[in-house]
Amino acid sequence: MRDTEPRLSLWNITKKYPGCIANKNVTLDVQPGEIHALLGENGAGKSTLMKIIYGVTHADSGSIIWEGHEVDIKLPTDARKLGIGMVFQHFSLFETLSVAENIALAMSDEEPLGITELSTKIIEVSTKYGMPLEPDRLVHTLSVGERQRLEIVRCLIQDVKLLILDEPTSVLTPQEVDKLFDVLRTLSAEGCSILFISHKLNEVKALCHKASVLRQGEMVGDTDVDTASVDTLASMMVGEQTKLEQEYEKVLGSETALSITKLNYFTSDPFGVNLKNISLEIRKGEILGIAGVAGNGQEELFSILSGEIQIQQKQALTINQQDIGALNPAQRREFGMSYVPPERNGRGAVEDFSLEENALLTNNIGNKFGKLNLKGIKQFANDIITTFNVKCHNSKTAASNLSGGNLQKFIIGREILQEPTVLIAAHPTWGVDFGSSKAIQESIIELRNNGAAVVVISEDLDELFQISDRMCALFHGRISPVKPATDVSIEEVGRWMAGVFDEQEAAA
Amino acid sequence: MDMELITNILFAMVRTATPLLLVALGELICEKSGVLNLGQEGMMLMGAVLGFIVTTLTGNVYVGVLVGVFGGMMMALLFGFSVQILNTNQVATGLALTIFGTGLSAFLGYSFVGQSIDGFHSINIPVLSSIPIIGKMLFTHDLLVYLSFALFGGIYWFVYKSRAGLKLKAVGENPHAAKALGLPVIQIRFMAIAFGGAMAGLAGVYLSLAYTPLWVENMTAGKGWIGLALVVFATWRPERILIGAWLFGLASILHLVIQGLGFEISPSLLAMLPYLVTIVVLVMLSRDPIKQKLFTPASLGKPFRAGD
Repeated sequence: MRDTEPRLSLWNITKKYPGCIANKNVTLDVQPGEIHALLGENGAGKSTLMKIIYGVTHADSGSIIWEGHEVDIKLPTDARKLGIGMVFQHFSLFETLSVAENIALAMSDEEPLGITELSTKIIEVSTKYGMPLEPDRLVHTLSVGERQRLEIVRCLIQDVKLLILDEPTSVLTPQEVDKLFDVLRTLSAEGCSILFISHKLNEVKALCHKASVLRQGEMVGDTDVDTASVDTLASMMVGEQTKLEQEYEKVLGSETALSITKLNYFTSDPFGVNLKNISLEIRKGEILGIAGVAGNGQEELFSILSGEIQIQQKQALTINQQDIGALNPAQRREFGMSYVPPERNGRGAVEDFSLEENALLTNNIGNKFGKLNLKGIKQFANDIITTFNVKCHNSKTAASNLSGGNLQKFIIGREILQEPTVLIAAHPTWGVDFGSSKAIQESIIELRNNGAAVVVISEDLDELFQISDRMCALFHGRISPVKPATDVSIEEVGRWMAGVFDEQEAAA
Repeated sequence: MDMELITNILFAMVRTATPLLLVALGELICEKSGVLNLGQEGMMLMGAVLGFIVTTLTGNVYVGVLVGVFGGMMMALLFGFSVQILNTNQVATGLALTIFGTGLSAFLGYSFVGQSIDGFHSINIPVLSSIPIIGKMLFTHDLLVYLSFALFGGIYWFVYKSRAGLKLKAVGENPHAAKALGLPVIQIRFMAIAFGGAMAGLAGVYLSLAYTPLWVENMTAGKGWIGLALVVFATWRPERILIGAWLFGLASILHLVIQGLGFEISPSLLAMLPYLVTIVVLVMLSRDPIKQKLFTPASLGKPFRAGD
């Protein structure tokens, strides 16, 4: 047909949620075979827009034109019939089902449930694109990279014409990212359009042909990636000329504050990870970054450090030479430990509690004989709010009314204002907008400068390189060698994350 | 023990197990979708009383069965409306359903207590029923027992081999992912809840029209609760529900036989036997934590709102 006709056009898409406008008059064209980036900060409305295209949610007004015809996409099944496939950021997979069963669920109802024939097709398609999959494996035994492959193959098996990927690289090692990009380029050469959602500008620059930028629900413009610089893209995204990456001074810590000695842990959770012979020393006045793809033991390590999981080896954990292995989380706080857990809701804060009540959760400030020191608590909550610039109505606001970034600032603030000597933070800026991330990073650096030992567990390599003084990685419950961040390349950490390291060297 | 006694015990075992099998298979489907309905006892009683009343009034057991099943289903839909549309708590709503069903069935059946009807009769299946032991055990029952065998086969196939069964499991494991794939979560859960209610109604009908053709207030005597426990101990697998129901049936019969043979054991202790044997055996069968996690519907009891 006409080559110039876009595969997908969005016209004046508007979607309102109570209290906010997620998309306002968004217009977008995607050409056949084009790799089109959709850039924007968290909360800019990218995910909502993708959900509208895929039929998970519906626009209040505006129209979707598919290959020249206006279409009404009521359900994801309608989208799949047109040839639209989506790879979700938080995978939409079923852990207790096999690879083939997961794919069968997305197939059309008219076809019989031939698992055997489907398996042959899965092997065929997955080998063709260099993403091998075993159809009989249960999903809970797959690595994160394999799960993403499964999601992509699930789309490809149905002759997809437009593939939407929602932040696909956030869960991959740098080497896996390269492989994914190769697959996407092959698809694009075959004429498949790709919508690539991201906020990582370097990746957009490396992969995409065109980029459209969303800011606060509005399309602020699109540009050819070849001619635009990363700085231009960044300023379109954030809306002002901010320096993209703050450089922090790298330091060497002084004496050891927290030490982990030959820690072994065998989990009873069939979906969990065993920790094997982990030894680490974290010094006063340094930040140790622990990299790794999700599901390699980060969760277990964090819970053991916080005391949520009790271990048998009482001497495996010490703070300033005192054993803390047998202590519960509250007792560990007495030794100056503080934690920022990976989940904000339910673990870092109670959604239905007010900020004051959430402040009280880890700070038992001046409460006597079971009577709460209400004044002190209110004062403390307000201190956090002003020091960390938490945007909220007042200290009585429920935690659930705060945006992710603001709640995270509140949680970090609650821990830092208690002046911990050891801070364990997991994914401190995950899902937090640009401005808040910067504020959070700065406060962690300041805590370090005041002499605290800090452990940051994160999947975001850019962030780890930015703030860590020393770095290592977790793979299958084992720890890689630890090296100063200035002496290690991103490729080397990538290899650690894929399990390529010498354990002798690591244990030394 | 002679051959005839053993044959009779096995025959009675299947009969006693039938209401448990029916109610547990229904709850299995409901729980596979992620919904925990503790109203089994109430739905069974409504099935039992409606089946009995309609049979008494019309003289037709088949109409009685249909109305009883329909009654169980209506009770379940009331539950479904409440937990899925009004977003009430599943545990509390289920308990309320049991209390409601117990009271309503007692009220409706008040003037029918002590009446007698012509219930279901045994039908010997030619040839098959003359096989030694097995013949009497499986092929000399009434129509509802045969129906329960057919339902077991159908549900087994549905859970393990059908696309619809796959969808049901998907919704029960992760309703959010299921919705993202375009599965109608609320609708699938409604169907599972309604099916569970129909099966509980059928289990009740079996009690009042076949097992003991009469109506007594609260005649289920906790069978709904045992059915619920069976589902859990059978780790949500239909074949284990069958084993569990039969074990329970066998132990229930044995305790009567042992008493009859004149052993000097306290009858109260013996009455514990069915519960103990069933739990011990099923717990031993399901000790593998990985398998357990694989078959347990991960979203069981957690609310899913239409707008999520």
